[in-house]
Amino acid sequence: MNPTTFPTTRRDLLTHTSYGLGGIALWHLMSQEGRTTSTPSTARRAKNVIFLFMAGAPSHLDLFDPKPELTKRHGQRAPEHLLEGLNDPVVKASPTLFASPREFRPHGTTGIEISDYLPGIGSMADDICLIRSMFTHTNVHDPAQLLFNCGNTLFGHPSMGSWITYGLGSESKNLPGFVVLTSDSGNGICAGSNVWSNGFLPSQYRGVTFRHQGDPILNISNPEGVSRADQRSRLNMIRRLNRQHLTAQGDPEIESRIASYELAFRMQNAVPELTDFTSESRRTLEMYGLHNDVTKPFGANCLLARRMVERGVRFVQVVHSNWDHHSNLNVKLKVDCDMVDTGCAALIRDLKQRGLLDETLVVWGGEFGRTPMNEVRRGINPGREGRDHHPYAFSVWMAGGGAKPGTVVGKTDDLGYNAVDDRVHVHDLHATILHCLGVDHERLTYRHQGRDFRLTDVHGNVVTSALA
Amino acid sequence: MLVRVLSLIPIVVCLAAAGNADEIRFERDIRPLLSDRCFSCHGNDSQQRRAGLRLDTYSGATAARSESRAAIIPGNPTESELIRRITSPDPALRMPPVEMGKSLGREEIRKLTSWIQEGARYEIHWAFQPPQAERPPRVENRDWPRGAIDHFVLARLEKEGLTPAPTADPKALLRRLSFDLIGLPPTRDELASFQHDWVRHPEAAWSAAIDRLLSSPRLGEKWARWWLDLAHYADTDGYTIDYDRPHAWRWRDWVIDAFNQNQPFDQFTLEQIAGDLIPGATTGQLIATGFFRQTLSNREGGANLEEFRVQKIVDRTATYGATWLGLTLECAQCHDHKFDPITQREYYELYAFFNNADEININAPLPGEQDRFDRAIVVYRRQWAELVAPVQPDLNALMRKWEQMMRSAEREPGVDYKRDRALELLGILWGAGQGEGQLEGIRITRIPGAQRTQRQEERLLTYFLARGELGLEREFDKLNLLELKKQIDALDKTLPPISRPQTLQAAMFPRQTHIGRRGDFRSPGEPVTPGTPQFLHPLSSSGLPVTRLDLAQWTISEQNPLVARVLVNRIWQELFGRGLVATPEDFGSQGGPPTHPKLLDWLAVEFVRSGWNLKHLLRTLVNSATYRQSSNMTAEHVQRDPDNILLSRSTRQRMPAELIRDAALAASGILDSRLGGPSVRPPQPTGVTEEGSYNAKWQTSTGSDRYRRGIYTWIQRVTPYAQFATFDLPNPNRSCSRRDQSNTPLQALTLLNDPVFVEVSRALAGRIIRETHEWDHSEKLRYVYQVCLARDPTQTELAHLSKFVNQRTAIHASRGGSLSQQKPLQRIEPAEFLAWVDLAAVMLNLDEFITIE
Repeated sequence: MNPTTFPTTRRDLLTHTSYGLGGIALWHLMSQEGRTTSTPSTARRAKNVIFLFMAGAPSHLDLFDPKPELTKRHGQRAPEHLLEGLNDPVVKASPTLFASPREFRPHGTTGIEISDYLPGIGSMADDICLIRSMFTHTNVHDPAQLLFNCGNTLFGHPSMGSWITYGLGSESKNLPGFVVLTSDSGNGICAGSNVWSNGFLPSQYRGVTFRHQGDPILNISNPEGVSRADQRSRLNMIRRLNRQHLTAQGDPEIESRIASYELAFRMQNAVPELTDFTSESRRTLEMYGLHNDVTKPFGANCLLARRMVERGVRFVQVVHSNWDHHSNLNVKLKVDCDMVDTGCAALIRDLKQRGLLDETLVVWGGEFGRTPMNEVRRGINPGREGRDHHPYAFSVWMAGGGAKPGTVVGKTDDLGYNAVDDRVHVHDLHATILHCLGVDHERLTYRHQGRDFRLTDVHGNVVTSALA
Repeated sequence: MLVRVLSLIPIVVCLAAAGNADEIRFERDIRPLLSDRCFSCHGNDSQQRRAGLRLDTYSGATAARSESRAAIIPGNPTESELIRRITSPDPALRMPPVEMGKSLGREEIRKLTSWIQEGARYEIHWAFQPPQAERPPRVENRDWPRGAIDHFVLARLEKEGLTPAPTADPKALLRRLSFDLIGLPPTRDELASFQHDWVRHPEAAWSAAIDRLLSSPRLGEKWARWWLDLAHYADTDGYTIDYDRPHAWRWRDWVIDAFNQNQPFDQFTLEQIAGDLIPGATTGQLIATGFFRQTLSNREGGANLEEFRVQKIVDRTATYGATWLGLTLECAQCHDHKFDPITQREYYELYAFFNNADEININAPLPGEQDRFDRAIVVYRRQWAELVAPVQPDLNALMRKWEQMMRSAEREPGVDYKRDRALELLGILWGAGQGEGQLEGIRITRIPGAQRTQRQEERLLTYFLARGELGLEREFDKLNLLELKKQIDALDKTLPPISRPQTLQAAMFPRQTHIGRRGDFRSPGEPVTPGTPQFLHPLSSSGLPVTRLDLAQWTISEQNPLVARVLVNRIWQELFGRGLVATPEDFGSQGGPPTHPKLLDWLAVEFVRSGWNLKHLLRTLVNSATYRQSSNMTAEHVQRDPDNILLSRSTRQRMPAELIRDAALAASGILDSRLGGPSVRPPQPTGVTEEGSYNAKWQTSTGSDRYRRGIYTWIQRVTPYAQFATFDLPNPNRSCSRRDQSNTPLQALTLLNDPVFVEVSRALAGRIIRETHEWDHSEKLRYVYQVCLARDPTQTELAHLSKFVNQRTAIHASRGGSLSQQKPLQRIEPAEFLAWVDLAAVMLNLDEFITIE
């Protein structure tokens, strides 16, 4: 942790920390050896997280969770016991089972079955830990995205990236600790910027979005006609006057302001360097798919994510939207898979060959799954079916950073309707991610409105079978 | 030095110690037990009381009794009759009586036993006892205090061996007062005349400045903001689609006006909680209740209507609690409050007040709107009738059938998917883009046809034609209704709009509230009726059922121990940077204890005595010597009172986001000072709104709308205005009673490079040149300092800046002194203009510029 990075305010510090020095609190936060006896490894593996958030909910049944039984029963009515008593108009509305139009085949030495739409991710099967038994508790995008990102279905709670940068600080001297990259206009992220919100945490823990039009970071470029030297000359004068005022006034907050301005200036240098890919080899650029218009936007974000963790950014959230395939799933799913598959595979391969995968946890997933039944909707013709929202089962994978490579965790029933073995709720996933960073999810707390809040609320169990 | 080092370390974690869980606390552990098992026969209600025993007061519980020992003998549980009876093996003796079905568990008995063992204290949390105004304490230094506040503050300082800071420089004082009361800096003229008056008679000068500022209409623009934070005001729906609420500003303007008119806070409260229930309510009073329409509306298909309706009621209940009671009620949604004496039942009793209100938008035409509408509607109705005539009476029958479908879908969900879906769409989409109440369309279908207004019928038809097709496809085709829809849509466009702001109205079809088991509305528990928490003063109602108006009156009752304290504390926080209670949203036992409890009580009592007079309160506060202290920090401050808890000086506060904007616009002279009106969209970097949301667009305002005060900036819930978000605008989706004052590099980048601040620095440079073109450098710089910082520069500052301007002029001259977009002003070389732009940028970026000192 670098103490000159992203200074906080004196008032915050005094209000919120009961231990004087941040470092002491940090020490208490880390899982300590011997205390968590049920976990196989207490050593902190991951330093950073790259969170590939697949907004809109990709279909587990067509990508990661093959169901021969579903194929066999295609066109039949879903078993009554699954729908009976279910107060869920969305899932109930579509009673006809719908086979996956995709082919699955085993990959790697461990033979994990993955859809033919994801050959790249398939080729990295030996490095990933696939959780097939995810479930959540809402089937509406907004609240589900909030739950998946912030651990709560209501607005106003901090996102995972905010919690993690709040807990661990940043190691970068000139970049923000929590960065968000979107690979399209951002369109289709239902919960919007709330998925990288700082919630009730101080605002320096909000995800800083790198934009794809104009400046990568808001206002990172000087105004037109103002050169770097001009800016420096202004900053020198600002610093001089601030320092004089500090002497006269005595408020240490002014010192923080001076530090913020210096960091801002360093960022103005660091960001262009970060986003400049000319030092990357042609092979690297091709591996990330930057030569191809389809794979480029997401691939470039994956490459940027790697460059960020190399430079000490703690949490990179890469968002791809939108996987909400209500109709014509077979065609639309391919479009999104083609956009992300190359970048995902390149990211794991590249991190691995650079020796960064051990300390970087990569997480891939959306807010819920999709129905094993086809969707009833006016104007959907046979052959153009889709799947509706489904909260009871979905898949997420992790790689590196302490996740167990070449593993499948949990399973769903024969139809992919319910997670049945080793069920993993979103809270459990969060607890596991924090664990990989060496943070005990029950001890990462923040006092707000009279109580201590956590990313995992009052829930969450570390998924030990997913750990290396 | 220690503080300086600390201030640079990122916050890592809060491990604030929670209260000791083993310690028995009356309010948390005992009162709920006694209340649930005993009070129905041994409580406050003398009608119901058995055996003449009451257990709700210490004196009742410990009173000597003729036929047995006292129920409670403090310190001696084994001799206490209560313990004997609750542990008795004899069913005839055991309490509570077996037939009541509420026997006590082992753990509960253990708690009661230890509580009696520890002395059976019936303590009441300080905030739940009525405030008492005590005579201000004596102090050693008789010269310093100017009023009661200063006695309380000084007594504490003297106890700690500290002395107050000297009075601030008059110019600094005027700048502070001006920002604090109206949110704008003083003008040079105001500054000069204040200094002039101050020299002759400081007290009179100060008093006159307060008078002037308290009567300025700018006051409402500044003081509305904290109230908007509590209500979590915004101009859009929130959620995925985040539709506009084009009339939301009407409530915002109502708040600004209420502050400007100095509406007494009790009336202000009454109108916002239950304006609609006041007999003969005015339009203004109806708009006031829009306080509770700042809840989010989810208009995404697939949303469960009831789930999102319930979320709004939960939000309203929480917002009410945080705003007026200073209590965090949310905990009790799922279980009895762990820390404060509020039970889950009591939570749902409060919730029931809001559960029985419908979201409704009312006609509140702006000047001219009604006339235009009245003229147009005549033609509209004639054409409407002509369009509809060919398909009548089939259309009429079809609509009645559809309405019937909606009603049966409501009664028996799950029978027909299409029917359910059609109802859901009607519920969520009605009036989308107009900020109208969700479920309002459904409500209309439930009004018997004869009782509907003609406008309701017309709007229902428009909706039906647009979205009623589901399940009625064949009938639609047969009557060619899609064609009619086009015609009606075109006709609707000819009708001039009438502004329809948001409010609440008593539910047309009352709902029974149930306790939600574990907070889940899907598993309703026992039914409850509207009510207020038992640990507070009793609710008196004019009749049954009790209404929101009763709640409003209960809230502003002089018996309410919380409301005045919460209010004066929040105002104190606004002026002093930190509340006397540091957790303004939580006056419960988990909140911070007051630093100056007697001062808080004195202020609360005085506030009510003054007739809930907000301007009087402001005057009292800013008149104090405490307020007038210098904010300079000495080594002693750093060491003894770093957070200024003891008020040994004035606290510097970084301005809130809106005031930073206002200060910059005011300094550069381009601020548009129109009062009120629709929200505006000032410039911000391209793509901010679009990149973070589903389909919202930012249409930048034109003309002088670009230069309005921050309070008028459009708040897009999903992607708030970038400059504001960077400077800690609170998340507009939740009630906020305390803003952050963070300090980040993104703020530096905003002030250095954001297009608004670039424009402001150029405007300021232009202003300097325009207004001071014949002055010399030092005079020019003096002018800049007065305009930006309301003070004169020091000699050192003058020297540095003078050199800076010269150097910058030389550099710009060496480059040819001109910019592509720049229009050179007369009488000045462009190079010099650019140098003054540099200087203006420096000024806007000073810590002092964005800080109230």
